[in-house]
Amino acid sequence: MSDWIPLWLHKLGSPPTFYRFAGTLQPWALTLALLLGAIALYGGLLLAPADYQQGDAYRIIFIHVPSAWMSMFIYAVMGVASFVALVWRIKLAEVVAMESAPIGAAFTWWTWDARLTSELVLLFLYLGVIGLYHAFEDRRQGARAAGFLAIIGVINVPIVHFSVNWWNTLHQGSTVNVFGQSKMAWDMLWPLLTMTLATKFYYAASLFRRARTDLLDMEGGKDWVRKTAEDEADR
Amino acid sequence: MNRPGLGTACAAMLRRDLALAWRRRGDIAMPVLYAVIVATLFPFALGPEDTLLQRIAGGVVLVTVLLAMLLALDAMFASDIEDGSLEQLVLSPQPLALLLGMKILAHWLATALPLIVIAPLLAAMLHLPGAVIPVLLLALLLATPLLSLLGAVLVALTAGTRRSGMLLALMLLPLCVPAVIFAAGAVAAAQQGLPWLAPIAWLAAALVLAVVLAPLACAAALRIALDA
Amino acid sequence: MSALQHFLAMGGYAAYVWPAYAVFFIVLIADSLAPARRRRRVLRELRARLARQSARQQRQPPPATPSA
Repeated sequence: MSDWIPLWLHKLGSPPTFYRFAGTLQPWALTLALLLGAIALYGGLLLAPADYQQGDAYRIIFIHVPSAWMSMFIYAVMGVASFVALVWRIKLAEVVAMESAPIGAAFTWWTWDARLTSELVLLFLYLGVIGLYHAFEDRRQGARAAGFLAIIGVINVPIVHFSVNWWNTLHQGSTVNVFGQSKMAWDMLWPLLTMTLATKFYYAASLFRRARTDLLDMEGGKDWVRKTAEDEADR
Repeated sequence: MNRPGLGTACAAMLRRDLALAWRRRGDIAMPVLYAVIVATLFPFALGPEDTLLQRIAGGVVLVTVLLAMLLALDAMFASDIEDGSLEQLVLSPQPLALLLGMKILAHWLATALPLIVIAPLLAAMLHLPGAVIPVLLLALLLATPLLSLLGAVLVALTAGTRRSGMLLALMLLPLCVPAVIFAAGAVAAAQQGLPWLAPIAWLAAALVLAVVLAPLACAAALRIALDA
Repeated sequence: MSALQHFLAMGGYAAYVWPAYAVFFIVLIADSLAPARRRRRVLRELRARLARQSARQQRQPPPATPSA
């Protein structure tokens, strides 16, 4: 590989290093996710005032909007990881891509309701990736094929989004813009952004845990797995 | 070694696939029969009111054709994988993407073209106004190759797996949503007397994109799926 | 009405807001538990395999060239 990629990134790509790295970071990520989530819930459910039009019903946006963002964010991560996996054949990238899919599908499934056709399409993309991954007997071949499907999906998602918007022009425009003047009151915005951060950390924690398990399963006969299995025997 | 030219190879590929399709004429008739059956069932389920049928006719014909194509999609590479000729194709000196493009073209001619021919009949059965039928045909002419091309990539991806029928439908659904939306949008616009050129133009743009990219993607997918 | 009751009523939208939150957390908890279960299973299988291997090595003398 090229010289511009720093050495620590090379090292991180090796399964035993990543296993230890993820094991160290995972509890921190989970703690941060729970802490930020609790703060956001307190702010969103108790401190933020009721909306003058929708009353208290609007309060689900504190989980709805972060979930919708996560469903797209995780898909993007999956697409990038699949690309890396296909181009450089890095095993860890395959693991990250394929273990992201169920987490993304979970967020997408929650976000979808009958009016959000784009989310339904995204859910089907996730399910297609997961289904294709499990249809192959050889794990790595399945990961490559499913990764290819994920990349096709990345190209397709903007087209789908555009066409669905064209089809359903009544859809409400986005009201949160991080870079410009936001139309939302600050009292409502900060719990929303905090919750977004919390879901990001939750994703990291969940991904780390899933990737660790997957690595153990995949690298079955290697020495480092043997040592890990012996060390963690009592847990 | 005396290598045949690119044009010769492509023509031979196309001729071979069409000859194979012609020898199994019964298989060609199946999707057409399926489309006729589905379109016949709609009036029975919804009642014979003209206005209701008229409003849904365009969408029903489009979805029926899509499902009928999905039915035939599974078989696109199946026999070639079984007898190993697909591996020969991968090893051949000609660019795989072009040869696969020819296969997709042959498949489209054998499955989608009969459906397009039968589509005006289905539309008339559902009382679609005669003036809208040309727009429907144009939309089908642009949407069906798009589906064949997208479907070919997915079929290639599942080439290495055992069970693929339902999985194929699951994977194709999100990818074909834009094609259905624009095709149905054009028909609906024509029915209401509105300009229908914009959605048709979008369909055409998507088709151009797919004609260029899909054979390349199909070749890449096939290499992944057969790389066992 | 007490403050808690007021909070739980969600301005009359309780039947809409609370199930949404409940499902959200149920999905996330399910998402966290699934890998934990799989991890236990993988580790159990690994240990079983290691135990079988060491049992075999004790019965036979170790080979001259250790396999990688």
